[in-house]
Amino acid sequence: MFVLVEMVDTVRIPPWQFERKLNDSIAEELNKKLANKVVYNVGLCICLFDITKLEDAYVFPGDGASHTKVHFRYVVFHPFLDEILIGKIKGCSPEGVHVSLGFFDDILIPPESLQQPAKFDEAEQVWVWEYETEEGAHDLYMDTGEEIRFRVVDESFVDTSPTGPSSAEATSSSEELPKKEAPYTLV
Amino acid sequence: SHIYSEKSFITSQVFQLLTDLKEQRKESGKNKHSSGQQNLNTITYETLKYISKTPCRHQSPEIVREFLTAMKSHKLTKAEKLQLLNHRPVTAVEIQLIVEESEERLTEEQIEALLHTVTSILPAGPEAEQKKNTDDVTMDEEDPA
Repeated sequence: MFVLVEMVDTVRIPPWQFERKLNDSIAEELNKKLANKVVYNVGLCICLFDITKLEDAYVFPGDGASHTKVHFRYVVFHPFLDEILIGKIKGCSPEGVHVSLGFFDDILIPPESLQQPAKFDEAEQVWVWEYETEEGAHDLYMDTGEEIRFRVVDESFVDTSPTGPSSAEATSSSEELPKKEAPYTLV
Repeated sequence: SHIYSEKSFITSQVFQLLTDLKEQRKESGKNKHSSGQQNLNTITYETLKYISKTPCRHQSPEIVREFLTAMKSHKLTKAEKLQLLNHRPVTAVEIQLIVEESEERLTEEQIEALLHTVTSILPAGPEAEQKKNTDDVTMDEEDPA
């Protein structure tokens, strides 16, 4: 579910932080920039793992801050295809069942991927699995707060960086994981 | 920034890293740059909370090493071994979910052997522990660790 991603970036350290240890300032800046943010086509960044290389620091004319090129490794949430995860049902809508892991929220199980036959109960706003046995049908409700096991079948990264004055305000890019096949485990 | 490579990182190591980070930040006291640290605080807290409810919370590096060594004879892919660590399956059904084409690759005895390796080396997750305390447990000859 997690990966270690090797990255390179230039970190800018303002002069009022010069008295601190360079590595501490850099670690803080990297975490400030990346923690809890989605990097396009990479995943949700959790925290810095280590700094592998620091290149020379430069100060540019007009800007008193130092700029250092940093090679580092970052812990990222990025489940692999077909990985099985356990999450909590956040709610249901006609689009499907919305699942959350707490630290990551954008998981959707579309209706066609639910155990069939499934139907959406408009009154209760909940998806129901009509489980058939010889004794008759049992309705299993996808209730909010229930734990659910699911398999990752797809992911989508949306680039929400600003495109120009005409576009809507920039929001953080989001990663959606449409899911399938939920062996439904009630705890 | 540029991305060079990505490789899988086991969940128990993430748990260890975040736990250490939390301790470090507690010791250094209130960070005056804390306005920028809110995101780190949030993601650290939520991720720790999530992993705490999984079996990964009790997987020390030694246990993981022992597990991976024992796994060598079972011929599973890296992804399958990772999921065994993440989920600590206790039933054949769970093994079949994790191991692709398990009917073709594993006999019933092999599944049982796999289950035995998993449950004897990997400590139970917090929820399983809770359940174990409330269920009637009849067959455990071994003392709980």
